[in-house]
Amino acid sequence: METTNTTTPTMTSKDLVTDQEVRWCPGCGDYSILKQVQTVVPELGIPREEIVFISGIGCSSRFPYYMETFGMHSIHGRASAIASGLKATRPELSVWIISGDGDSLSIGGNHFIHLLRRNFNVNLLLFNNEIYGLTKGQYSPTSEEGKITKSTPMGSLDHPFNPIALALGAEGSFIARSMDRDPIHLKDMLRRSNAHIGTSLLEIYQNCNVFNDGTFEIFTEKSSKKEETIFLENNKPLVFGQNSDKGIMLDGFKPTIVSLEDGKYSVNDLWVHNESDLTKAGLLSRFFERPVEGTGHLPRPFGVFYESARPCYEVGLNEQIQYAKSKKGEGDLEALLRGGETWEIK
Amino acid sequence: MTSNNQVLERVIIKFAGDSGDGMQLTGTQFTNTAAMFGNDLSTFPDFPAEIRAPQGTIPGVSGFQLHFGSVNIFSPGDFCDVLVAMNAAALKANLRNLKKGGTIIVNTDGFDPKNLRLANYTDNVSPLTDGSLDGYRVVSIDVTKMTKAALSDSGLGTKEIDRAKNMFVLGFLYWMYNREMSFTIKFLEDKFSKKPEILAANLKVLHAGYNFGETSETAPTRFTINPAPMPAGTYRNIMGNQATAIGLIAASKKSGLDLFLGSYPITPASDILHELARHKNFGVKTFQAEDEIAAICSAIGASFGGKLGITTSSGPGIALKTEAMGLALMLELPLLIINVQRGGPSTGLPTKTEQSDLFQAVYGRNGEAPIPVIAAKSAADCFETVYEACRIALEYMTPVIFLSDGYIANGSEPWRFPNADQLKPIKVEFTTELNGEKFLPYKRNENLSRPWAIPGTKGLEHRIGGLEKQHETGNISYDPENHEFMVKMRAAKVEKVADSIPDQTIDNGTEKGKILVLGWGSTYGAIKGAVIEARAKGIDVSHAHIRHIVPFPKNLGDLLKNYEKVLIPEMNTGQLKSIIRDKFLVPAIGLNKIKGMPFATSEILVKIEELV
Repeated sequence: METTNTTTPTMTSKDLVTDQEVRWCPGCGDYSILKQVQTVVPELGIPREEIVFISGIGCSSRFPYYMETFGMHSIHGRASAIASGLKATRPELSVWIISGDGDSLSIGGNHFIHLLRRNFNVNLLLFNNEIYGLTKGQYSPTSEEGKITKSTPMGSLDHPFNPIALALGAEGSFIARSMDRDPIHLKDMLRRSNAHIGTSLLEIYQNCNVFNDGTFEIFTEKSSKKEETIFLENNKPLVFGQNSDKGIMLDGFKPTIVSLEDGKYSVNDLWVHNESDLTKAGLLSRFFERPVEGTGHLPRPFGVFYESARPCYEVGLNEQIQYAKSKKGEGDLEALLRGGETWEIK
Repeated sequence: MTSNNQVLERVIIKFAGDSGDGMQLTGTQFTNTAAMFGNDLSTFPDFPAEIRAPQGTIPGVSGFQLHFGSVNIFSPGDFCDVLVAMNAAALKANLRNLKKGGTIIVNTDGFDPKNLRLANYTDNVSPLTDGSLDGYRVVSIDVTKMTKAALSDSGLGTKEIDRAKNMFVLGFLYWMYNREMSFTIKFLEDKFSKKPEILAANLKVLHAGYNFGETSETAPTRFTINPAPMPAGTYRNIMGNQATAIGLIAASKKSGLDLFLGSYPITPASDILHELARHKNFGVKTFQAEDEIAAICSAIGASFGGKLGITTSSGPGIALKTEAMGLALMLELPLLIINVQRGGPSTGLPTKTEQSDLFQAVYGRNGEAPIPVIAAKSAADCFETVYEACRIALEYMTPVIFLSDGYIANGSEPWRFPNADQLKPIKVEFTTELNGEKFLPYKRNENLSRPWAIPGTKGLEHRIGGLEKQHETGNISYDPENHEFMVKMRAAKVEKVADSIPDQTIDNGTEKGKILVLGWGSTYGAIKGAVIEARAKGIDVSHAHIRHIVPFPKNLGDLLKNYEKVLIPEMNTGQLKSIIRDKFLVPAIGLNKIKGMPFATSEILVKIEELV
């Protein structure tokens, strides 16, 4: 994102509130995400009129109505495609895509992967609540196998997507995860997403308290959070646990949980996170087991899995235009109409 | 050399051969030479959907029909005077479209037992020897052998030598029709400027073909077709897709908006993408999207950003774009949707022509979703029509559907192109000021069009979306009265476009009379020819051709009532006919052809005579 600090009076989060009544269910995780976005955006130094929020369809996609910027509430799954056309033609704008697990991973799956490989410089906030909320509670492409919902009374047969692994496979250049219940981390990830030049995918675990309440509880609640999650920081060892008493070591390519208390291993033995290591990002993305108590499973990572610098589509596109103009001169309509061979009739 | 020289008014030649035989190139070269000479003309390429269908078989036959003359030409013509058949399959596939007594120029090498078998000739009996072609004038030439002989010391391989044989045929036809070869010579020099040995070979074979005509006794007659009386001006030859692309760039220049094309390759529309991609120095951005939906959605994104957003496709792709078209109409953003129609339904006949997407264009969306629809009548007319489509989209803040079809997309004709300053300006204004206490994105002007406030405009931040919106504020609204009001408002806006379009005129004939032939789209040439012939026979018949289908010109209903009978020829089962009947309660009569082929003039003439 362009973060030129040349703007007029400082914007506050209040300047980003619209006159529209927010209509998410009381207690919805979306409120927290809206608040963190409204807090972070004023810090970015981007004039309000240069910011565009584009959403698809779903609960999360109401988001643009609540942001006093330019915005579009589009059609199901297509926000990424619309944002691509906007960014291609207006590269100076700060473009944010708001989407959900159904919107981006089901009906809009195609646009999701192609956005990531093209690497337009936009931010994609993927609100993942593992359920269809707006249509009142069917399973989503991130719902766990066997999930009982209205459309799957005997349990879902679908194997869920792993959004982070999918994004890595789609050549994403910035891939991160956060959660609605950790405002500090979420704000930090929003800043990181904005700072990255290229498509930033931020998956946000978001609680749907009506149709899928508590699905991320184990990661978000104080009682279990420290044991079940691991917060990734660049160049820092992978430490987690109630008293930061555990770490992850790599045994070949196999991540292994070790105790830092029994004297066998120290912090110096642990896997050190490197955001630019694609192979290790792949391993981290596979820390995805359903957390079952007493199974010694790996904690769920939050933070930036992977970041790399790669050319953005819109930059290349504009370079081609400039090159064509420098080579052939600014297009001459008269010459174009005339074409190659002509003849006179008198 | 003692050949006769006969002057002809018009000639229809069909070049037919295996899809690898270079018949499209041969036809195009002959066409451009005729155009430069000043003939009027019309062409119709006809090729298989497969890139390389099995060699020697009927499905693998590729054809190119050219109608040229010293008189005005309106269509590629019905039956040909001359059939060039490079092999047995080409003869078999096209013989029924040759006039009785017509000329067949055959490459005898293409009639060996293998080719006869592939073309399904019974017992491999050659039609060249069994007397079945007695009613025609057959000019047999062993083109393959002569090409080989001409290039015997060229050092080229068999494959390269074989590829030059279309030049022999072209040279021979240039001799037969008294044509200069300079255009083709220059073309070859440009094309093979970096391959001197291939250039030399092609030129040699081209001349060999010409000299063969001169020296052999095979075709004792040469023909002259004088230039046609055409309106004074400067002309070029143009194909429909090319005219469409140029029209879009012209609209971009004249409106001052950069052009953005979101597209996904599909036959027969892809050439618009290809053509536009070549013109990046006009600020043209082309984006080959991951699918048809992303193609239109990216164009909507560009329109939202204040650019000229365009998407191009054909029937199946248009079907996929439907939901996004509805979004564009709710957002009330300018957008151009181009449908180069082909045979349907489903994958249908990708390389064949049809007009069967009219209902899709007019009605094919969920909800009450009116969108202006406009159709081009000929290859050159694509320019002016697509330019007009852009004007409507931008001046009325609406998606517009532009209909072309495979026939005019790939067909070509001479075009008296305009100067850039002759083009009507297209007025576009971005809103920069508040239009109320708060910005009202759906407050309308006298055209019922809403303001276009693009991102980056300070103080006009606003949100738009696909949900029903409140009048003026654009806020989400579920109010029943408001919904009905907005549905009617959107329809009224589209109707309002009629204020800015010319009255329907009569193309040929009288303002009142017995029969009106009413056409739309690519049937123009065939109808034009048929009405001219019928009027010459003293039949009271006139021709009107509609460009604007939604909304119709304001006077159309009254005009139709001036005739006892209205005949609507269409390459579908009667879609315009149904719309006309519904809208004006006129008992229009259909003439319908759904064969993937354009109308023959004679087919329309027969129907006119039947109605008298």
